[in-house]
Amino acid sequence: MEQFLQQVVNGISLGSIYALIALGYTMVYGIIKLINFAHGDVYMIGAYIGFATITYAKLEFFPALIVTMIACAILGMVIERVAYKPLRNSSRITVLITAIGVSLLLEYVMMFFVGAEVRSYPKVLSEQVFHLGSVVLNMQQIYIVVTTIALMILLQFIVHKTKTGKAMRAVSIDQDAAQLMGIKVDSTISYTFAIGSGFAGAAGVLVGIYYNSIDPLMGIMPGLKAFIAAVFGGIGSIPGAMIGGLSIGIMETLVSGYGNSLYRDAAVFAFLIIILILKPTGLLGKNTREKV
Amino acid sequence: MKKGLIFLLTIVFVVGLMTGCGGGAKNTTGDGGAADSAAKEVKIGINYELTSGLASYGEASVDGIMMAFDEINAAGGINGMQIKPVKFDNKSDAAEATSLATRLMTQEGVVACLGPATSGCYMATIPVAMGNKIPIISASATADEGVTTTAKGDVNEYVFRLCFNDSFQGVTMANFAANNLKAKKAVIIQDRSSDYAAGLTKNFISTFEAAGGTIVDKEAYVAKDKDFNAILTKIKGEKFDVIFLPGYYQEAGLVIKQARDLGITAPVLGADGFDSPVLLELAGATALNDVYFSNHYSSLDKDPLVQNFIKAFTEKNGKAPNAFNALGYDLGKYIADAIKRAGSTEPEAIKDALAGTENFVGVTGSFSMGADHNPIKSIVVIGLKDGVQDTSVKVDVK
Repeated sequence: MEQFLQQVVNGISLGSIYALIALGYTMVYGIIKLINFAHGDVYMIGAYIGFATITYAKLEFFPALIVTMIACAILGMVIERVAYKPLRNSSRITVLITAIGVSLLLEYVMMFFVGAEVRSYPKVLSEQVFHLGSVVLNMQQIYIVVTTIALMILLQFIVHKTKTGKAMRAVSIDQDAAQLMGIKVDSTISYTFAIGSGFAGAAGVLVGIYYNSIDPLMGIMPGLKAFIAAVFGGIGSIPGAMIGGLSIGIMETLVSGYGNSLYRDAAVFAFLIIILILKPTGLLGKNTREKV
Repeated sequence: MKKGLIFLLTIVFVVGLMTGCGGGAKNTTGDGGAADSAAKEVKIGINYELTSGLASYGEASVDGIMMAFDEINAAGGINGMQIKPVKFDNKSDAAEATSLATRLMTQEGVVACLGPATSGCYMATIPVAMGNKIPIISASATADEGVTTTAKGDVNEYVFRLCFNDSFQGVTMANFAANNLKAKKAVIIQDRSSDYAAGLTKNFISTFEAAGGTIVDKEAYVAKDKDFNAILTKIKGEKFDVIFLPGYYQEAGLVIKQARDLGITAPVLGADGFDSPVLLELAGATALNDVYFSNHYSSLDKDPLVQNFIKAFTEKNGKAPNAFNALGYDLGKYIADAIKRAGSTEPEAIKDALAGTENFVGVTGSFSMGADHNPIKSIVVIGLKDGVQDTSVKVDVK
């Protein structure tokens, strides 16, 4: 039982990261129906920006997190403006392939500048460990979960209580109608990319601090897992991304913990196939008819 | 990603061929005049992992090689010839290593190639060496099969190495666990994405079980994983005396850190893949207690040869040498020694001299080259205390 609780704690910390990344996937998909495969790499760049701000600018955890989120938000907007906006009216496959291109571009440009070697993260949080019975919690795990929850509350607030949020919801329902109502579609899409990328950046910093190791290709696997989380939760749905992220994290840990650690990734991807067959819209996804 | 790379390589290759034709012609004339003036320098290829995942090994090896070459050149070179290293980065990629080996042997006109440092990349260059009849030597490719001998057991005539193989490391660590640590039960956490870890695991299990021990659990991860909490929590609930962790430092550092954070205090055993300063950065000093790994050399060795090397290396590079530096240094000295004994820069003569090496005295131990092109040398088991080398035990070949 205690081991089970410990595994759940492990799963929640890992799942929070996936959830933060999955939010960006799901928001972008919701608004322009694009699977932004470069999203995992924005997370990687977030980890490096966090590394730079903590190491060279000597910032504490929270300022570093905020600087990283802002920088990633700008990066997300730039990516959208440069790579996706000119293709707004192209077929979806064109944009999808462009997204893969952007992903590779970010990975190898980073590798050129920072080298491919694994770097260890500077210590900004205390190494304090808490024992609850025989369940071990460390400071980093607490920070990850608390930061994730805080950011999600903030996101819910933005989406449901602000004008930008209203515009985002309107654009996601019907882009043309929203435009006719006087909503600036282009800047709304920009905001969506900014928010999604900012969250990915935050996930990057948290991962760097938690696992103490970053490299230019670190975004690939978590990016894919977060994508599965988004699909599981129902792509396009924000609460779905949170639930999906946490579920995938816990599932991975339980497969390693009680099954065979070698099949962990296989289990997650097999799960994706099963969802796509049984319930393609995911847990909280809406059943929308494709316009022919 | 691969496609793009192949496309780029094709362009590089085509351009290389065009320019190479001119260069090749020049080389032929150069060889013709080799008897008189061109014999002033001897080109040695250096094909190492200088960037990407395994860069730590490649860079360390090259630092050692360069130091050896600088010393030899400063002392007048080999039989009056200066060594001219031709250095390339294979980006820790086997395909890249192969095309660089081809380039070094067919266009750069090297008499022998050193590296790559890791088995996967080194093995990829073997067909090139055999085809061009130019010897290649790695100081650290420890894979059991397919390096100096083929799967059938035939010796690869132009392929040499300066290190023991993985089975010897696996056997040594199993004996160390059973005899020195008195362990009865072991858990294995294996890197499933490398041949290196597979070879170590196989030999560790057979030796440990033969010594009366049991393997309680066997877990696996793949390279680039960052979260090991799930498997560590699982093994925490089991009874065991040691953890055997065959893998490379990038993941090993994180495994050890997360294990210690979860309160697992059992000794952790590994092999030469642990030997990198990055291990300490990733795991932190407090986690690196009761950690033992087999290695090629220890800086604690009192031999004056070793101590002089450490002193000279530290002066030159501003940091203490690790095993890959030491192996690289020995490699540089070894190839120079073979060329000197061969008395010629013909790859064929150099190959014979390499194979016929007797009692070569190096920093990583003295050895003679065995008939299977593996050196006959001893192994060291290093113990860490607060991240620093604290103990070393030398084990000889049986």
